[in-house]
Amino acid sequence: MVDDPEAPPAPPEARDPDAPTHPAHDLSTHLKSYEGHPAAVSATGKDPVNLPMIRHWCEALGDTNPAYTGPEAIAPPTMLQAWTMGGLGGLGGLGGPGGPGARGGHTGRAQAYDELLALLDASGCTSVVATDCEQEYLQPLRPGDEITFDTVIESVSDRKTTKLGTGHFVTTRTDVRVGETLVGTHRFRILKYAPAQAKKTPPRPRPVVNRDNAGFWEGVERHRLLIQRCTACAALRFPWLPGCAHCGGPDWDTVEASGEGTVYSYVVMHHPPFPAFDPPYAVVLVELAEGVRIISNLVGTPYDKVRIGMPVRLVFQVYDGELTLPVFRAAEEAAAEEAAV
Amino acid sequence: MRTGDELPPVEIPITRTLIVAGAIASRDYQDVHHDPESARHKGSPDIFMNILTTNGLVGRYITDHFGPRTVLKKVAIRLGAPNYPGDTMVLNGRVETVEGATATVRIVGTNRIGNHVTGTVTFSLRDAEGTPSEHTRA
Repeated sequence: MVDDPEAPPAPPEARDPDAPTHPAHDLSTHLKSYEGHPAAVSATGKDPVNLPMIRHWCEALGDTNPAYTGPEAIAPPTMLQAWTMGGLGGLGGLGGPGGPGARGGHTGRAQAYDELLALLDASGCTSVVATDCEQEYLQPLRPGDEITFDTVIESVSDRKTTKLGTGHFVTTRTDVRVGETLVGTHRFRILKYAPAQAKKTPPRPRPVVNRDNAGFWEGVERHRLLIQRCTACAALRFPWLPGCAHCGGPDWDTVEASGEGTVYSYVVMHHPPFPAFDPPYAVVLVELAEGVRIISNLVGTPYDKVRIGMPVRLVFQVYDGELTLPVFRAAEEAAAEEAAV
Repeated sequence: MRTGDELPPVEIPITRTLIVAGAIASRDYQDVHHDPESARHKGSPDIFMNILTTNGLVGRYITDHFGPRTVLKKVAIRLGAPNYPGDTMVLNGRVETVEGATATVRIVGTNRIGNHVTGTVTFSLRDAEGTPSEHTRA
C-alpha cells in the first residue's frame, strides 16, 4: 500500500458501512446462497477467433504445432479461456466472469458474481489466486468463429485455511458456444483469501522531541503552527532553537502562523526509497507569510506539478492514526475543498 | 502407447519474458503477472506465471510429444508452487489409460519449490485422413 494521506487504507470492515456483518457461519451460508446463480449470460467474446492472437499465443508459449498455422489452422484448444477474457478494456484480469480479476463492466455479466466478490472482499478476502482449471474441448475453434459464453457459480466453499491465508474457493463453470454449438466447457476455481502476511506500511519516522522543541510539537498536537519570537529583538525564528541567531537572547515567546505560504523551493525524492514513503514525492521548503521557512510535504499535488512560488496553505495531517504533522496543500485546492464542505 | 509409458521430461526455463508474454497472449492483465512491485505489495516475492500459460504449456507438452495428429479433448490442472522468474519447470508425464483412440496422460510440472502443476490430459490421435485412429494401441 502507498503512503497516501488522502486515502488512508481502511480496515476491511470499514470499507462498506452498509455491508451486513456476519459471523463466519452466517457468512458461509450467505455465500452458499450464490451457488447456481449465473455469473455471465450470453456474454460475447471481445474478438472473433483470429490468427494474430493465435500466433501471439504460439510465440509466447513456444508452440510450433503446425495445426495452429496455415489455411486450415485451428486455435490451440488450451486457448479456450483467452477468447472469453475482458482484457484491459473490459472486466480486467483472469478468466472472464469466472476469473479472479473480474471487476464488472462486461457485456453479459450477471450481478450475482459481482455481489459474491464484494461480499468476499468485505469479509477481508481481498486477494485472489487461480487454483484449478478443467477444460473440455468438443469442437475445434477456427479463425472467424465468434464465441458466446454462459457462466454459472457452481460452488462456494466454507472458510478454508491455506498456506496463503484463509478464504473461500469459488468454482465457476463456463459453456462456450459458437452459434448454437457447444464447443467447449471450462471449469475454473479461484481462492479468494485474506493474505496471511499482509504487508503493512511501515510507520513514518517519529520526531525527536527535546526541551528545545517540545513547545513546537505541543502546538502541532493542538493544530497550531508556532513560530518562536525573540523577546529581546522580536526576530522570528524557525525551526526552534535555544537562542536568537540575531541578538543571542535566550528568552522567547511564540507567534502562531496564519498558515499561508508559498513554495520557496523543493526537491523530488526518487531514491533511496524510505520504507514509510512512496517515491517519487516532493519535499517542499515553504516560506510562511510571517517570513520564516519550514520543510514539509505538499499533499494532494502530484510531485511533478509542484512549482516554486505556488501558494500553499497549512493543514494538519494524522499519520499512522497517531502522529500529527504540519503539511501543506496547494492553496487553490484547499480553498475548493473548504467551499465544498 | 501403453499404460504406464513415461514421456521424456521437458525443461521449461521460467523467464520473465515467458511469464509476461504468456499473460498478455492470454489477455490476463492481472498486475501480479507483469509488475514485480505490485506483486510484492500483494505479498508475492515476484511476478508469477498465470494459470492460462501453465495450461497452454501442459497442452504443448502433449502435442509436442505425440505430434500434430494429437487432438486434445480435455486438460484438467491444479496449481501449487508458483512459477517465479529464474526457476525451471520440468514437465513429466505418464500414460494412465488407453481406450481405443483415446488416452489420458497424468502430468506433473515441478519447480525448485515443489509441484507447480498436477493434472491430466485426455486426447486422441487422428490418422492421416483426419479420423480418430484405432491403432494407437501399438
